[in-house]
Amino acid sequence: MKSLAELQAIRDRMKNSVALREGTGDIRIVVGMATCGIAAGARPVLNTFVEEVEKQNLVGKATVTQTGCIGMCRFEPIVEVFEEGKDRVTYVKMDSEKAKRVVAEHIKGGRPVYEYTIGEAQK
Amino acid sequence: MIRSHVLICGGTGCTSSNSPAIRKKMEESLAAHGLAEEIKVVQTGCFGLCALGPIMIVYPEGVFYSRVTVDDVEEIVENHLLKGRVVDRLVYNEAAAGEEKHEVSSLADTGFYKTQLRVALRNCGVINPENIDEYIGVDGYQALGKVLTEMTPQEVIALMKASGLRGRGGAGFPTGLKWEFAAKNICDEKYVICNADEGDPGAFMDRSVLEGDPHSVLEAMTIAGYAIGAHHGYIYVRAEYPIAVKRLEIAIKQAREYGLLGKNIFDSGFDFDIDIRLGAGAFVCGEETALITSIEGNRGEPRNKPPFPANKGLFEKPTIINNVETLANIPQIINKGPEWFSSMGTETSKGTKVFALGGKITNTGLVEIPMGTTLREILFDIGGGIPGGKQFKAAQTGGPSGGCIPAKHLDTPIDYESLKAIGSMMGSGGLIVMDEDNCMVDVARFFLEFTVDESCGKCTPCRIGTRRLLEMLNNITEGKGTLEDLDKMEDLCHYIQKNAMCALGQTAPNPVLSTLKYFREEYEAHVVEKRCPAGVCKKLLSYEILADKCRGCTACARKCPVGAISGTVKQPHVIDKSKCVKCGVCMETCKFGAILKK
Ligand SMILES: Cc1cc2nc3c(=O)[nH]c(=O)nc-3n(C[C@H](O)[C@H](O)[C@H](O)COP(=O)(O)O)c2cc1C
Repeated sequence: MKSLAELQAIRDRMKNSVALREGTGDIRIVVGMATCGIAAGARPVLNTFVEEVEKQNLVGKATVTQTGCIGMCRFEPIVEVFEEGKDRVTYVKMDSEKAKRVVAEHIKGGRPVYEYTIGEAQK
Repeated sequence: MIRSHVLICGGTGCTSSNSPAIRKKMEESLAAHGLAEEIKVVQTGCFGLCALGPIMIVYPEGVFYSRVTVDDVEEIVENHLLKGRVVDRLVYNEAAAGEEKHEVSSLADTGFYKTQLRVALRNCGVINPENIDEYIGVDGYQALGKVLTEMTPQEVIALMKASGLRGRGGAGFPTGLKWEFAAKNICDEKYVICNADEGDPGAFMDRSVLEGDPHSVLEAMTIAGYAIGAHHGYIYVRAEYPIAVKRLEIAIKQAREYGLLGKNIFDSGFDFDIDIRLGAGAFVCGEETALITSIEGNRGEPRNKPPFPANKGLFEKPTIINNVETLANIPQIINKGPEWFSSMGTETSKGTKVFALGGKITNTGLVEIPMGTTLREILFDIGGGIPGGKQFKAAQTGGPSGGCIPAKHLDTPIDYESLKAIGSMMGSGGLIVMDEDNCMVDVARFFLEFTVDESCGKCTPCRIGTRRLLEMLNNITEGKGTLEDLDKMEDLCHYIQKNAMCALGQTAPNPVLSTLKYFREEYEAHVVEKRCPAGVCKKLLSYEILADKCRGCTACARKCPVGAISGTVKQPHVIDKSKCVKCGVCMETCKFGAILKK
């Protein structure tokens, strides 16, 4: 390594990875990963969230974690988004494509994707 | 894509309680569940809460598992990592899950960590010390880059002086000033030494930094080299720290591969390299002139100062010698500025200090707090207080060179000056807690025993003086002391303080003087009443069986290792005092409270 630029390149590459350990961002994306959730396809949903958050450079802002059974198994995979000072948003019957939209519009853009939420599903 | 990090402590404490096997099992189990691509296992340095090891932290949630065993790993993988169900029974109880299961309070919310301020230990337990990229990811080597490309050596020294950083190795000498002295000496060759001897029994913060964040030390040494005009550094570390030595070797190798050590660093024209020297673990070799003598290949004995190492040090060349913890602060001082650093602490002592909590304290481990924190906060808020509802008696700071601080000084804000004023010293940050069951004469005797062993023998006041002191203390604990001895001891203490050649001897009387000052009544009980109030000094103890309580069950007689107890079944037993070795086994064995210790 001969230049500061090379050092910065390594730092930027590592930053996201280490930021995961700095604790939780302002937004928490919680994926239901009980047996029912996994059976309904929660694993790829979880992975998509992780990938998208990283791709869109949101690691410092949003944290993806998983939780057990949320209690509404017929709606799985369920994903909930918690944000300080705001109502929680519960997304149901998620898949990878929907996850991408949630990251782009809700996490990054600040506008929940209402058509995927539990309110819509129960209408 | 990684969604979770599992951090497993690889410090010396957790390693000896089997953390490497836990890590191996974790990796196997993750692979078996097809999670190896999603979850990364990271071996880190010490988290500080050694009493609860082996420790594991799962991010991003920050769930803090304590006392994990190999058998727990499968459950953590299946429940937590796969299904998101935290394994409550393993969560450190203060950090236990709240009402909602995903609302597990993180490590940072526990009493142990909340009041701490981690500067020197910032990366310990956070990054993988064997991977230079992780260090770079937390802004590692940025300070070196800035120093080499934007600052002159004079500016670096001015910045260090402005920060107010003082040495963490014991003497508390201003670091910037020390560098300035060495920089002003024009010489073809100069040296930077890192003092990683850490001989103070009970202190392990330096080991922790070397094991958890070795690159911070390498980076700081290189900065020091640039500031004073040195091209070579030595790390003097005791061979008893094998994990620290191994991680340092790996770190040096990686830094060389990246060109962060070696020739023309950052294309600045500045060359610097570092070698390791192993010490055999003598306390006196931590003293800077003895350490230098040892690196030169001679028997580790101190020499008179002046000349100070900054003028004539290693191989007679200008040398700066800094402690590990001192160095670990430096990259951040450069990155965040001297004002940031000097905003923490007290008037005369800036920044933070790491203490190794040990003895009669709930949370044994490493704590880092801003200077000016009171002993009470350290022991009771962070340390969790004295276990078993016992009464606090004294805290010993500064190890064998320090003094015992009684309860009336618990609210003293800690810094270099205030500790000295109450008869102790900062030392390297050992902090040993004593409760009502500790005999202060015995404590003083214990520390003196250590200095007598470790005295190098070069000067008479230390070699003979400490031995005479120990003899008098032994007499007192055996009931053979007189009141006159107490005065004689005090005189001898002052004599040694004034006449020993190095600080080992000069400070050796501190434990005696401070206990004489604050706990004189305990000494007097030993010499006048021939009684040890805490019930520790064996020669002054006697065990008796209370005839009215003894049921004649024979349990004690069967357990007594020397056959000192006799009696017939169902009849009160008696102890033959001439045979009794006062081991106390009978008292532990008796179910009826029939044995009395006096
Ligand atoms: C008996 C004795 C033992 C010492 N042991 C150590 C030690 O283990 N580590 C250390 O850093 N300093 C130790 N010191 C202090 C060093 O002499 C020296 O002051 C220190 O390394 C300077 O670094 P600093 O200015 O960064 O604190 C010891 C001093 C004495 C008198």
